[in-house]
Amino acid sequence: MSVNPELLDTIFEPTEPYLVGREKVREFASAVFASAPVHHNLEAARAAGYDDLVAPPTFPIVIQEKTLHQLLNHPGAGIDFTRVVHGDQKFEYVRPLLAGEEVVATLSVTKIQTLGGHTMVTSESVIETTAGEPVVTASSTLVIRGDEG
Amino acid sequence: MASLWEGHELGDVLLEQSSELSRDSLVKYAGASGDFNPIHYRDDVAQSVGLEGVLAHGMLTMGLAVAPITEWLGDRGFVASYQVRFTKPVYVPPTGSVALAVSVTLAKCDEPSEGSATLALTVAREEGTTVLGKAFVVVSPR
Repeated sequence: MSVNPELLDTIFEPTEPYLVGREKVREFASAVFASAPVHHNLEAARAAGYDDLVAPPTFPIVIQEKTLHQLLNHPGAGIDFTRVVHGDQKFEYVRPLLAGEEVVATLSVTKIQTLGGHTMVTSESVIETTAGEPVVTASSTLVIRGDEG
Repeated sequence: MASLWEGHELGDVLLEQSSELSRDSLVKYAGASGDFNPIHYRDDVAQSVGLEGVLAHGMLTMGLAVAPITEWLGDRGFVASYQVRFTKPVYVPPTGSVALAVSVTLAKCDEPSEGSATLALTVAREEGTTVLGKAFVVVSPR
């Protein structure tokens, strides 16, 4: 199985709306050792000028994952997910993501590169509010390892 | 807003922190993130795909490495961008834990009027092997 080159520039359907939950923000922050009060304490977040708890910088992976699932399970993609390794990850924010916001994510495939038998697939997932305001773009490069022999 | 960087020079180490990762940490991250790939909790599955054993989620390492920056920024700014390359696995033993040492260096300051800056992150296992490459955070004032 090899990656379908026609995936390049493919834009997937936006995901179902995802509501960023206050307790999910707290749970995620605890799991990544993020003890900053803006992730946990509503009064601290409001004192810092936010309407609600601030999601930690890598929280959008939870939403991006839904778009990567679309990519990996796309019947024509030709991606063997047992051979996939996460190579690079990037988040680019317009502003912090807050609890209480409802967002959708739209993935596009931006680069496909073959190097030494491996294929690198880079995708960008634009995460915006259901009102259409962009908040953060999450990008991943997935390395699909070639056959060993 | 340039005050974020007042008193600091390029190359200064701004923050250093060490975190202990145990199997419990991986279970907790799996639940919080929804990433239930069994290579992060079952040695047999990890070994069947050529790994030494259970390893930490790359996104857990990425997440814990940036945590001290948010804390340090307080309400003065926010993480505007964050990128890493996953270069080495972080194996986590069934009992006990592994320490990951995070070091944050001031790498580049933008125009004072903008106030943003680029921080370089180093994340290393106890014996000194770095596990992330090209790890940079851009912080912007609010």
